[in-house]
Amino acid sequence: MEDLDDIVREFLVESYENLDQLDRDLVALEGAPGSRDLLSSVFRTIHTIKGTSGFLAFGRLEKVTHAGENLLVELRDGRRSMDGAMADVLLRLVDTVREILASIDRDGAEGDVPIDGVIDQIRQVQEAGSVAVEPAAAAPTPAVSEAPDVAEAPTLETARPRTVVKRVRVAAARTTVSTVQSTAEVPAPHTPVGSEFVVDDDAWAPIGMEPVATVQLGADDVAAVARAGASALAHDVASAEPAEDDADGRPAPSGAGAAAAAAAGASDSAPEEQSMSRGPVETSIRVDIELLEGLMRQVSELVLTRNQISRLAQDTSDVDLLRSSQRLSLIASELQEGVMKTRMQPIDHVWNKMPRVVRDLAAQCKRQVHLELVGGDTELDRSLLEAVKDPLTHLVRNAVDHGIESPEERLAANKSAKGTLTLRAYHAGGQVLVEVTDDGRGIDAGHVAAKAVERGLRTPDEITKMSTAEVFELLFLPGFSTAQAVTKVSGRGVGMDVVRTKIEAIGGTVDIESEVGRGTTWRLRIPLTLAIMPALTVEHLGELFAVPQVNLLELVALDAQKTATAIEYVGSAPVYRLRGQLLPLVALGEVLGVSSDEVTALRAGDARGGVIAVLQADEQRFGLLVDRVLNTEEIVVKPVATRIKSLGIYTGATLLGDGRVALILDVQAIARRSVRGEAIEFGRAHGADDERAVSDVVQMLVAGIGGGRRVALPLSAVTRLEHIPRDRVELVGGREVIQYREDILPLVRLDRLLGASSTLESDELLVVVYTRGRRSVAMVVEEVIDIMDDDGARHSGIDDLGLTGSTVLKDRVTELLDVAAAVRAADSHFFDDADLELAGV
Amino acid sequence: MATQYVTFTLDGAHYGVDVAKVQEVLRAQRRTPVPLADPDVAGLVNLRGQVVMTVDLRTRLGLPALPAGQEPMMVVAQVAGETVSLLVDEIGDVVEVDTDQFERPPETLVGPMRDLIVGAYKLESGLLLALDVERATA
Repeated sequence: MEDLDDIVREFLVESYENLDQLDRDLVALEGAPGSRDLLSSVFRTIHTIKGTSGFLAFGRLEKVTHAGENLLVELRDGRRSMDGAMADVLLRLVDTVREILASIDRDGAEGDVPIDGVIDQIRQVQEAGSVAVEPAAAAPTPAVSEAPDVAEAPTLETARPRTVVKRVRVAAARTTVSTVQSTAEVPAPHTPVGSEFVVDDDAWAPIGMEPVATVQLGADDVAAVARAGASALAHDVASAEPAEDDADGRPAPSGAGAAAAAAAGASDSAPEEQSMSRGPVETSIRVDIELLEGLMRQVSELVLTRNQISRLAQDTSDVDLLRSSQRLSLIASELQEGVMKTRMQPIDHVWNKMPRVVRDLAAQCKRQVHLELVGGDTELDRSLLEAVKDPLTHLVRNAVDHGIESPEERLAANKSAKGTLTLRAYHAGGQVLVEVTDDGRGIDAGHVAAKAVERGLRTPDEITKMSTAEVFELLFLPGFSTAQAVTKVSGRGVGMDVVRTKIEAIGGTVDIESEVGRGTTWRLRIPLTLAIMPALTVEHLGELFAVPQVNLLELVALDAQKTATAIEYVGSAPVYRLRGQLLPLVALGEVLGVSSDEVTALRAGDARGGVIAVLQADEQRFGLLVDRVLNTEEIVVKPVATRIKSLGIYTGATLLGDGRVALILDVQAIARRSVRGEAIEFGRAHGADDERAVSDVVQMLVAGIGGGRRVALPLSAVTRLEHIPRDRVELVGGREVIQYREDILPLVRLDRLLGASSTLESDELLVVVYTRGRRSVAMVVEEVIDIMDDDGARHSGIDDLGLTGSTVLKDRVTELLDVAAAVRAADSHFFDDADLELAGV
Repeated sequence: MATQYVTFTLDGAHYGVDVAKVQEVLRAQRRTPVPLADPDVAGLVNLRGQVVMTVDLRTRLGLPALPAGQEPMMVVAQVAGETVSLLVDEIGDVVEVDTDQFERPPETLVGPMRDLIVGAYKLESGLLLALDVERATA
């Protein structure tokens, strides 16, 4: 890499960018074959690469681009129009150029990337196309057969265009009909940029004269138009740079009049294009990313220091200091904004690649897809942009492969044969939203559910209790793919889970909306930047925490008098009635394991009061109970030690204005953590009504304990389900214990207690935690199977040690666990504190 | 071969860390506790704008907690690319030790210390226990 010349390096960087643009332009051109702007852009790009590769003596690159340019000249001159075959070959050309560039990048030389195949293909397209062109454009047919031969002749760059231009100018000066006609005809038979005959004045006239007969327009008209066109041309050309795009100066061939008009048009636009393409070069520079990152870090520090100084200045009576501090504050904010901007890039950078991806994929899957890009100028932090690239590509591929149906299917469903795929990006609520929408077949929730059962990811019973949104969530499970057949494109079962993981890694979320027959929308929510974010600082039990504003929906203050009635229970799950809807509550202290029974205490009239921060994580909404809300401020995210990050509940730490360290809560993780007992809460929520109606029916948690045996225990006895690493089991005397939230929790293995033998070997133990007041025990089970309604009337007296009987749940004999006995086996003093009966288990 | 060790005391015994790993030695600062972290994580401190994890070596080594009222000191070290601060009782001198004074810990040493002590340097003033900082902070 280092031995590469600076010029070559620059050439590579620039060419890569150009090629991306080219991909997009070519695909766009295929859709709008008539667009001169696109054509000019494509032409210019190829021409630039060709020119520079000639200059840098990359012969093969020059040869390939030259062949491509020949084809493009015909396109631009209107002698043929863009079609699929031509787009294919041109895209293949782009790929070849990319390969050669990669080789140059790698070894500093062109290597032996095969180029003959592409050149042959181009020639074939040229030959095939020349027969098929429309009559008007085919005027100079007799001479076309020469084209391929001439095309092979390598050109001397730069000098040639000027010759052509001069020639036209000469013609214009003479303004005789015959001259104009000949100028008009010249390029027709000789597509390539600088075929030899143009150079020679004598040879030029006779060849040009031959097809005069094909010109249909009256000589007077031609002369008039030509005069106007040619003089304009002469004028513009004279004022343009000598080395300008030669092709733009040359007339189109479909008749002398049209030719001259085209020439006039082209020469008009030529200087404009020149200045347009030069613009960005002069007003932008390339900056090393490292440098930007460094700047960003320093600005972060500055913002922190600014916060400190503002805080100090607030308590002072020194007016000058206050004024300076305010000024500093202002400047720091502006600087921060400015530096952030340097890192921002339009999402277009990622979208650039999409037209090509969609086109290739559509061809592969035999789909017709119209791609719409809306809001490509939406900007986000470049590191995030990089992270979004793969997930977005994945979603797009998915949409084309699974979302949009085949043309036949679409027609049968009364839709247009061509599907529409829309990528939309926009800012909303401090986030960037990126939507991938297709108008395809949509996702059938029933189908997804069936698949989940088939794959053993969920039981049919679980499925029936799920809402559509929850069913769609299943799509994000690892190993889930609904594709009927595994195709080359997708359906291998890796995918959506990876998409979600990647998006969540950058603090974003993914959700999905779909309607059968109407289409699907995948929505990515991405934070604007990672380094600095708005956050809510809260205090809980004397410690400070930051909650990302992005997750915050609203704040509800609880006043001490009302809390007792404001917080209610569904089963053991505390809820709050927020505008008539039940909001599950999570007490921060309990999540963090620093206190227990916070909700109970609060209900019991704890004077502390509190605030509910209503948070949104993925599809979940919950209320986080904290003591006090301090502030909302811009916080700088500081990395924390891996050991702390791996706890999975903090995304980092930040420094507050007074220099204190506050942990940033990972709201997603808290939601997940509190929802680990999701099934339980769910069961409770659903079972609550039934319980009142039929008092005999009890919700039971059914667990496997090994050896095919199932035990059921009343859900009311369960406070949590936990996964405990096997190596955390310690011994106290002969008893097994685990450390759990700073408590020592006795462990009882239900398989041993009940004489079953678990054969499960795993690094983790699944335990059912049973808590009453301050005492808890952990019961080890093999798996949690389900939550079921148990009708007391069906109990049988058949029992054994540690059981209270047996029953039939979902056609399986299930043993009823004697919870009290099991608990006593672990902690013989468990029921000693009689007053704990009041704790509300 | 001589190496320099930064020494400190913990519960009356002398410990040492390779001087090359130590960044600085400070008076203890206010720490922000990290709920759910292992007990030896004594919290996070703000070290000139950097958030640094503090490990309480007494807890880590299975020693009794520092008596109330006594302020610990911080040894800030570079471990595996991260900055970590270690809570110790008192800071001692930087001493030069020689390889031939070194001996592996006796087989009778058990408990958490077994993994964390590389060995002992037999100095005139007493034994200097060489701490495996990587393990002690992991």
